[in-house]
Amino acid sequence: MSTVPVVELRGISTRFGNKLVHDGLDLSIESGEMVALVGGSGSGKTTLLRHIIGLTRPASGRVKLFGEDLFSGGIALQRQRRRRFGVLFQQGALFSALTVAENIALPLRELKLATDAELDDLVALKLDMVGLRPDDALLMPAELSGGMIKRVALARALALEPELLLLDEPTAGLDPERSASFVALIRTLHKALELTVVLVTHDVDTLKALATQVAVLADGRIVSLASVAATQASDHPFIKRFFAAAVTGPAEQGAR
Amino acid sequence: MESQRTPPATPQLELITGESNRAVLRGEWTLRRLSPVNSPLRRSLLKANENTLWDLSGVSRLDSFGATLLWRAWGGRWPANLNAPDACRVVLEHSARAATLKLPKPPAYRFGDAIAALGARVFGFADHLVAFIRLVGQLCLDFVYLLVHPGDWPLREISANVFKVGVKAMPVAALVGFLIGVVLSYLSALQLKAYGADIFIVDILGMGIIRELGPVLVSVLVAGRSGSAMTAQIGVMRVTEELDALAALGISRTQRLVLPKVLALAFSMPLLVLWTSASALLGGMLSAWLQLDLSIGFFIETLPRAVPLPNVFIGLAKGAAFGLLIALVACHFGLRIKPNTESLSANTTASVVTAITLVILVDAIFAIATRTIGVPG
Ligand SMILES: Nc1ncnc2c1ncn2[C@@H]1O[C@H](COP(=O)(O)OP(=O)(O)OP(=O)(O)O)[C@@H](O)[C@H]1O
Ligand SMILES: [Mg+2]
Repeated sequence: MSTVPVVELRGISTRFGNKLVHDGLDLSIESGEMVALVGGSGSGKTTLLRHIIGLTRPASGRVKLFGEDLFSGGIALQRQRRRRFGVLFQQGALFSALTVAENIALPLRELKLATDAELDDLVALKLDMVGLRPDDALLMPAELSGGMIKRVALARALALEPELLLLDEPTAGLDPERSASFVALIRTLHKALELTVVLVTHDVDTLKALATQVAVLADGRIVSLASVAATQASDHPFIKRFFAAAVTGPAEQGAR
Repeated sequence: MESQRTPPATPQLELITGESNRAVLRGEWTLRRLSPVNSPLRRSLLKANENTLWDLSGVSRLDSFGATLLWRAWGGRWPANLNAPDACRVVLEHSARAATLKLPKPPAYRFGDAIAALGARVFGFADHLVAFIRLVGQLCLDFVYLLVHPGDWPLREISANVFKVGVKAMPVAALVGFLIGVVLSYLSALQLKAYGADIFIVDILGMGIIRELGPVLVSVLVAGRSGSAMTAQIGVMRVTEELDALAALGISRTQRLVLPKVLALAFSMPLLVLWTSASALLGGMLSAWLQLDLSIGFFIETLPRAVPLPNVFIGLAKGAAFGLLIALVACHFGLRIKPNTESLSANTTASVVTAITLVILVDAIFAIATRTIGVPG
């Protein structure tokens, strides 16, 4: 529809103490893409997501969302902009004092747009979307399994009908079967809701199954942004090691 | 004319009443677009009736919020006359299906529940008592174990706790003590002056502060300051599963978490009492000097005669007992916290309130038990 990139990062630098995490990083993500952000542990992927969401601000550089500067405009405008994306945090970050249903309904309730009956319908809808049963609605977050937490968190991220979905390691900590079904779920949602998705992952299977593009973060920059096949063919040392480790398994890799 | 000025994305509803009786929808029926025009749209939706022909062919986007809004406006069933593109129909069907899924409701509150709640409170109290006794018992066992295995003493934890609850509390304890001393002395002096009984200010301040006020004041301060911190700390460890990690590592949580806190507070509190009483007396002394012209030298000289030594020991013993109590209560409530924020706040509140109440209760028991000790004359 529009040609403006959904996410546009220009010259991002981040510094913790005297450690430079991002060093003039550029990245732009087009509407409708499913971009996998990969990189070594501690390379600054989560930090980059936090920049995109506006939880932290880079030492230098610009973050643009939907073609507008993240922190431009008044409070109301900024708040509106924040409602256009949904986030799945690495640990779920569900509100521990609220039930599953209340967790999902909370963002909508805040807007005061829907009646209680509509809220119930929407909660049931989101639960159904992420493959949970209506009976799970009254459970507390502490009573959920790891996979369920991810699903509820995804349902909450979808509550405001976002255009952009940010997922931090959506399949980490799930068994292969659950991981596969979660991947299928994300793919379905991506198609059905015409979302733009940015996901951080270490898992090559997830990446191959989902990503339309792979962004590789190494040495504080995005060293490659290309399709999965093209990325695999690249001869950047980090990318080679990343895919080689997945093929042979990290243990054998170490033994060689 | 109107439609030309508004951008095409804005959701619109045109009701054509009369012969044709149609509702024509246009624009993006999404949460983001609907939110600014939510209430007027809802009002217009109400005006439609059963025979209205719903024309959704102009809707460029429909999300589940918009679909649910329409579905509810239609009274939860498909309208007799509907003209919707396939894309919209899919979304509507999903919302329609979701509306038939019944979310379980928390059961309504009835009269019987009130009685049950009352009963639960009684049993809850018994439960607290049992858990508290069990905690104390476990600590005694730990203590015996540590006597047998002196190498296992959690000395680092104890010293860290002494620093946290004792040393760091000194400035605020001194300040509060000093001010209370000043106020007490000032108020007493007003009365004593009237009777010409100026020198009894030493007796009043000495007895009051050393025996009663010092220990209780410090207890209230420490319960609010360190008791709540202890409860919250153990509670957060529950929330972040650190308690489980400790258990999995085979580390006793009473030995490593509770015992150091209890011992540290039981050790620091008497010292804090001494410190606070001293600064309260200093405040009282200065105030008496300014108000009654009672020289500081005279005050210091008279104090030992006015307040026999046993009173100091009673004050210290109270301090130790209250410290023990506050730490035990704080840890007891901390360990009962369930892994959610609501439980964390409820138990932290309960911990402080219970600690202060118990301290005052035990203070009364002390007062009765020691009524013959250390009384001058
Ligand atoms: N608040 C902080 N203060 C100091 N250093 C930080 C902070 N947050 C992150 N870092 C550092 O920045 C680097 C990047 O962290 P980040 O969490 O973004 O890594 P990541 O790529 O998400 O790693 P992983 O794949 O393990 O989740 C790490 O070296 C980390 O130690
Ligand atoms: Mg991370």
